[in-house]
Amino acid sequence: MLEIEIDGKKLTVNQGSTIIDAAHTAGTYIPHFCYHKKLSIAANCRMCLVEVEKAPKPLPACATPVTDGMKVHTASPLAKKAQQGVMEFLLINHPLDCPICDQGGECQLQDLAVGYGNSGSRYQEEKRVVVGKDMGPLVSAEEMSRCIHCTRCVRFTDEIGGFQEIGMANRSEFSEIMPYLGKTVNSEISGNVIDLCPVGALTSKPFRYSTRAWELSRRKSVSPHDGLGANLIVQVKQNEVMRVLPLENEAINECWLADRDRFSYEGLNSAERLHKPMIKFDGKWHETDWQTALEYVVKGLNGVSADHGKDAIGFLTSPHSTTEELYLAQKLARSFGVNNIDAALRRSDSRVAAAQQGALWLGASITELAAAKSLLVVGSSQRQEQPLLASRIRQSVKKGTQLNVIHVADDELFTTLHAKLIVSPAALVNALAQVLKAAVSIKGVESTLDLSAANVGEQAQAIAASLCATDNAAVILGNVAQHHPAFSELLALAQELSRVTGARFGITAEAANSVGADVAGANPARGPLGASVTAGLSAAAMLAEPRKAYFLLNTEVEADTYNGQQAVAAMKQAATVIALTAYKGAGLLDYADVLLPVAPFSETAGSFVNMEGKLQSFNGVVRPQGEARPAWKVLRVLGNMLSLDGFEQNSAEDVRAELLAKGDIAAKLNNALATTAANVAAPAAAGLVRVGEVPLYHADPICRRAPSLQQTEAAATPVVRVSPADAARLGLNDGDTVVVEQGSASVSLQVRADKALAEGVVRVAAAHPATQALAGMFEPIQIKRG
Amino acid sequence: MLSAESLAKIDRELAKYPADQFRSAAMSALRIALTERRDTGATPAERCLNADVIEFVANYIGIPPVAAYEVATFYNMYDMKPVGKYKITVCTNLPCALQGGVNAAQYISGKLGIALGETSADGKYTLLEGECMGACGDAPVLLLNNHKMCSFMTPEAIDKKLAELE
Repeated sequence: MLEIEIDGKKLTVNQGSTIIDAAHTAGTYIPHFCYHKKLSIAANCRMCLVEVEKAPKPLPACATPVTDGMKVHTASPLAKKAQQGVMEFLLINHPLDCPICDQGGECQLQDLAVGYGNSGSRYQEEKRVVVGKDMGPLVSAEEMSRCIHCTRCVRFTDEIGGFQEIGMANRSEFSEIMPYLGKTVNSEISGNVIDLCPVGALTSKPFRYSTRAWELSRRKSVSPHDGLGANLIVQVKQNEVMRVLPLENEAINECWLADRDRFSYEGLNSAERLHKPMIKFDGKWHETDWQTALEYVVKGLNGVSADHGKDAIGFLTSPHSTTEELYLAQKLARSFGVNNIDAALRRSDSRVAAAQQGALWLGASITELAAAKSLLVVGSSQRQEQPLLASRIRQSVKKGTQLNVIHVADDELFTTLHAKLIVSPAALVNALAQVLKAAVSIKGVESTLDLSAANVGEQAQAIAASLCATDNAAVILGNVAQHHPAFSELLALAQELSRVTGARFGITAEAANSVGADVAGANPARGPLGASVTAGLSAAAMLAEPRKAYFLLNTEVEADTYNGQQAVAAMKQAATVIALTAYKGAGLLDYADVLLPVAPFSETAGSFVNMEGKLQSFNGVVRPQGEARPAWKVLRVLGNMLSLDGFEQNSAEDVRAELLAKGDIAAKLNNALATTAANVAAPAAAGLVRVGEVPLYHADPICRRAPSLQQTEAAATPVVRVSPADAARLGLNDGDTVVVEQGSASVSLQVRADKALAEGVVRVAAAHPATQALAGMFEPIQIKRG
Repeated sequence: MLSAESLAKIDRELAKYPADQFRSAAMSALRIALTERRDTGATPAERCLNADVIEFVANYIGIPPVAAYEVATFYNMYDMKPVGKYKITVCTNLPCALQGGVNAAQYISGKLGIALGETSADGKYTLLEGECMGACGDAPVLLLNNHKMCSFMTPEAIDKKLAELE
């Protein structure tokens, strides 16, 4: 610890901290542009010059480490003069077009120019002009003359994004910030450069010129997309969500947001929003009032239950719904006598729910996971599934974490892997079993599982050694593992691996409220907070054995289920399909019979339980559009109309209190399965098998309708990817049109050889409109020349 | 895109740096790429670096293309614009100027019929003004194709040198 003095204030700081860090802990503000606490030190804006006693000239506070006895003056005449000098230089080439600049009102340069700039400029010469750049559909770089070359955006893409997509070309007064020639910025977390840019050079393309910063009110919310539960500031004007910014939460999203969290708000104002209840009769849709629609729903449910029994009804609830909605949905179903309710819509393995002993979760807090010394990530396209978690893991690797991967594709993670096993989906279980077998032999213990079919390879050995070498290891299963038909085997193996090595184990919750759905009881085998219930069918089973009636909560089955083809067929054969939805999507209009407009997360109070089991509640930020109502209210009224008990709640808080009164969420998180039998036999060589992950911006109904996200490369029409060996065997060249067939559907797509894939794998994204007709995400698939 | 020889040279440069500092090889790799293009390019546009070459080099050594582009555009000896078969860079800084450096530049300019910064119509010569080359004692000096230093470039020496280039 060092004793220093800043502006006469004595303080004790850690060795190695910089003057600016020390000043900030002391509450002293030092003006700066290029400094950012999460980025490396550049010291190129020079705005933070301060006077240090015994130093001959002003020093940059961001790059000067403190020394014992240092005396710093941040506002002495010398420091002030230096800062004013820097400001004068910064403004020389800055266009000072604040009145027409989108950053006006929230611009660091504008703010600091008030404090450190002169009222007039002494610069008479011509200002330089920099042509705009194309950084893609999310980030606008049209006015690069405003850039002050702080290089925050460059450092962000390099250090946080993992791949330097932006650079500073040329030098001196010809310096320009640009993406690589002819390329755009395609990072899944690129939007953060907009927040980082201290001037109006990089602005939000969807937001710009729509409103002024000071006209917006700021309201807190929580991201409804991935399981991280990023904290949001939703900015609202005249009852419309105008944009979304990060709310800093060091334990969850730090100060970042993934592009999906940031730009999906456009989907909230989509033209496809459902504003009035609609009923289909005679094959035509008719708008109606709530009373008629609700009576129709009640009649439908009663009719099907009278004709076919309660078991003929299935509830498919989206894990992007709030905890309150999911709680009331399961209460409605179970009070009515229906046991078929599930929120794990894309899970194909029905055995998991029956064997679960608690809500599946990460098995650690996000910060604990990031602090692990050794990580094994099984079946996760990390950057697509949880962009910010992937970024956090990258930071951990820089600090020495060993990252190991078992996956179905050798995805570019922009980080160093300690060891990896890239296998076909059919061999995923065997690959994890190899690691377990290696760990068992390293630790010299007995395993309860029969691992004789696993032949330990070199990489599996390395992964096991890495997990065994530390007492702070973690094994996490991603979406691919969770959607995989052998999820229960993978979970059982992870559990056993955890027992053998002492590592934590868990899953990265797919959706904002996957954990919350389990906690709220939207699970076929477990009630709210683990209450015992009569087991019903899982989502996969409800669709494989079609029901007579379906009750959909925020669900579009063609994109939100494991097997879209099967799901749509199940909907079409049903006597009635009741959908509580915010959107009148083409799919729902095709197969549903009644649409009830419910509010998305921005228009209702509620809560999400993120992957670490943390319940985060939020209020609606705007009023519901049209006649849309919060889904919890609709479910409550349906409960009343069906004459069920216990539907007297008056607010989302009441619903939440009712659920939380049943117990403590943290005590109900448990990844251990009751049965741990696992068949780990090596796969017989079969035909081609599909790897069908959900693309980044097709994961849920809101982001599917965000136009700017849909223009990104990540949302482009999927390309069929096969291993180079398969491409050669089938005689396919890059760019050829091929026909992929699954079940009754065939789809024409372009093909590309991809050396990231194992032989026998055909990678075709699911959930995209172009591939929704296909069947299971990890099922056999045929491919032929088109 | 680059010959096996050039790639072998880049491999050699890569081996010179510690594993975590391999990106330092970007400068040498770009130089090697530029040299090959100058030696093999048929037209001025084929003798300089372009986006494809820089991206290839970046991918070869394993750095982001834009990082290589930053390097290539920062240093002026990486030719980013079309360049003649013979690139003549004459030093016009003070010590050379005192010894007739400016005259040397003007003499070449007159002889080749191109102004400073221009490439001759036949794509053979490019004449540039350069900064100090660290050989003031030999002034006036010029640099031929980035690599060959020519000292004491009096008009006679220039005539002789240009005759060699024919």
